[in-house]
Amino acid sequence: MAITDIKQYTHLTQEDVEQLGRELDAIRADIEESRGESDARYVRRAIQLQRGLAAGGRIALFASKNKFAWVAGTAMLAVAKIVENMELGHNITHGQWDWMNDPEIHSTEWEWDSTCPSVQWKRSHNFIHHKYTNIVGMDDDVGYGIMRVTRDEPWKRWMLGNPIYNLLLGTFFQWGVALHHLESAKIRKKQKTWAEARKDLRVIGKKVAKQAGKDYIVFPALTGPNWKHTFRANMVANLIRNYWAYMVIFCGHFPDGAEKFTPEEFENETDAEWYLRQMLGSANFHAGPLMAFMSGNLCYQIEHHLFPDLPSNRYAEISKRVQALCDKYDLPYTTGSLGRQYWQSFWTILKLALPDKLLRATADDAPETNSELKFRIRDGLRESFGADPATGKRRGLRTALRELKTGDLART
Amino acid sequence: MGSKLRGLARWTVAPAKDVDTAVTPKVNVLRGLAARATTPLLPDDYLKLLNPLWSARELRGVVVHVQPETEDSATVQIKPGWGFSGDYRPGQYVGIGLRIDGRWHWRSYSLTSVPQRDEKLISITVKATPEGFLSDHLVNGVEPGTVVRLAAPKGDFALPDPPPPKLLFVTAGSGVTPVMAMLRTLQKRGQQPDVVHIHSARSADEVIFHDELRDLEGSQPGYRLHLQLTTEMGKFDFAGLDDVVQDWKERSAWACGPPAMLDSAEKVWADAGLPDELHMERFTIARTDKGGEGGTVTFALSDKSIELDGATSLLEAGEKLGIQMPFGCRMGICQSCVLPLESGHVRDFRSGTEHGEGERIQTCISAASGDCTLKI
Repeated sequence: MAITDIKQYTHLTQEDVEQLGRELDAIRADIEESRGESDARYVRRAIQLQRGLAAGGRIALFASKNKFAWVAGTAMLAVAKIVENMELGHNITHGQWDWMNDPEIHSTEWEWDSTCPSVQWKRSHNFIHHKYTNIVGMDDDVGYGIMRVTRDEPWKRWMLGNPIYNLLLGTFFQWGVALHHLESAKIRKKQKTWAEARKDLRVIGKKVAKQAGKDYIVFPALTGPNWKHTFRANMVANLIRNYWAYMVIFCGHFPDGAEKFTPEEFENETDAEWYLRQMLGSANFHAGPLMAFMSGNLCYQIEHHLFPDLPSNRYAEISKRVQALCDKYDLPYTTGSLGRQYWQSFWTILKLALPDKLLRATADDAPETNSELKFRIRDGLRESFGADPATGKRRGLRTALRELKTGDLART
Repeated sequence: MGSKLRGLARWTVAPAKDVDTAVTPKVNVLRGLAARATTPLLPDDYLKLLNPLWSARELRGVVVHVQPETEDSATVQIKPGWGFSGDYRPGQYVGIGLRIDGRWHWRSYSLTSVPQRDEKLISITVKATPEGFLSDHLVNGVEPGTVVRLAAPKGDFALPDPPPPKLLFVTAGSGVTPVMAMLRTLQKRGQQPDVVHIHSARSADEVIFHDELRDLEGSQPGYRLHLQLTTEMGKFDFAGLDDVVQDWKERSAWACGPPAMLDSAEKVWADAGLPDELHMERFTIARTDKGGEGGTVTFALSDKSIELDGATSLLEAGEKLGIQMPFGCRMGICQSCVLPLESGHVRDFRSGTEHGEGERIQTCISAASGDCTLKI
């Protein structure tokens, strides 16, 4: 039933965890001290590129009747929307660029090009999701209240629709994001009243009107007789952005190895254990520089969850240091190709549409969720960990997981 | 019908209603309309890519010319961009933001330009001080073409129009700058009140605007300059004020300079029972400085203040006073609690970084570092 004792699960002592915390603090301090003009130039250029693409796309679509112009315009607009939402909006509202003290590129000022109001996003994402990451019952992003993504959640009949909800969420991702703050799960459990929800909806409604007005009224109208083509182009651009954003987010959170936790784990959690939970709860995917940029550097989801407010352009360099720490403490560093990570996420969603009695694994020992009990199945095995007597190398969680898989653990 | 039209006008201008305009607020109708296509941005956010001055979202300007005045001071001439109103009064100051190594740093400087005379250019005169990180950059490092941020001119240390018939200016060092704006304005307007100007500097070489002040002595009949060169003559002694300007009690007095000088002046005028006749401009907030040792925190909009140690977060302090502080994670990761720091310094107790006036700070991980004021 998800991880309750993170130290036991990771085969680390209190002292180990505190030491790991200090080493992660040191990474943060190094990056904070070395932020400077080259980082600032990176985000300024990203903004210039994004606005250039948006303007270019809109202008091309004035000739949207022409097929070539339509494709070029739609592509530019889609890329502009992706870059705005991921590398700019998401990261700027995280405060990654607040250190520049630039009032125009600041978490308190940035309103992103999405139907979700930034102010609500900061609460439901920056606060709830990043603080309570993957704690089942506390982090709404564990299934967003509309899907079962871990068998820690009891099965209900409506969850049979899991794959359909998944498809709908991908298609209407920005609307899902907009409604994120409503906390549908809380409403269902009557922890939030409809009156409160209506208040949120009014704020959302205003933003929706502006966003939809721009894409589906103002620009089609401006392009006159081509309005139908422009309308369709804008819709396609929004769709492309929706699917891509959905893909990146799902690959960061739902592949195998992105662990879940119980509220008990959170209750007495230290800062260092928070770090550890972030490391275990997220997943990366392989990306070159271009794909990294297009994902808002969320291909480094682990690094983002460890340091949500450090500049995204530094995640690549941070990732090397985090991997070195994973080696040192023998911890898993969950990553894989985009295709593999997505397939695992999708397969989990598909499987979990079914009731538990049709599933093979338990919530202590499943691909999408594990607990420290996983290693207790065979009595006394945990004691064989610690330093390898022959090589002196630490034998920790990563070794344990590998040996469980290969069966070596059973033989020792 | 009328109310419908007004409603329509309000709707049109809504996205741009807080944007500064230089000439007429009607510009924002156009800006608001265009913003329906650029939402959530303003048209300015795109236009500034073509010309950095074509944006009024944040006031900005470009450095046109840097003119050395003395060994360690210079006049920086700036062409303001959209939205900057040239309608300032002599003696007022302007906030300047300069980007150094990726970060924007803010300070306020007295304007030394005259609105009508200088054809929409503004200028500030800056003296480099060893601890003044920004002033040093402005004097020695800023290139023409550099884009700077501006804050609308403000300040009560401003000469009324028409001016009082008899004036006394008491200045020292770079404290001469707001008074220079006043003297230039008087000259521009052709006004000739009776002015006595006591100015202190270490030596003649270090007198900012030395030649111009001497010229004024010749050309402006009512203007008398008493130059106190402190290396040879020592500091100006207010006990001898009667000797320099016998009728000082009849004059409207304006003083600007280092805190010690202002404190002495304040006492002299208070003892004479004329505190209202003395106008003062203090350049530096005495900084109790580095270490986050606590101080008095003022919550400006709520009009409340509290004495704090260096370990209590500003968020907790505000909540203790019953202020509705924005909050979120309370661990420094979500940015929900960020507020603008109006004055003073705070220390981020996670990283130890000191933040100053004009910055936005995370109240959940900031403690007072001396007296400070938050805008809430």
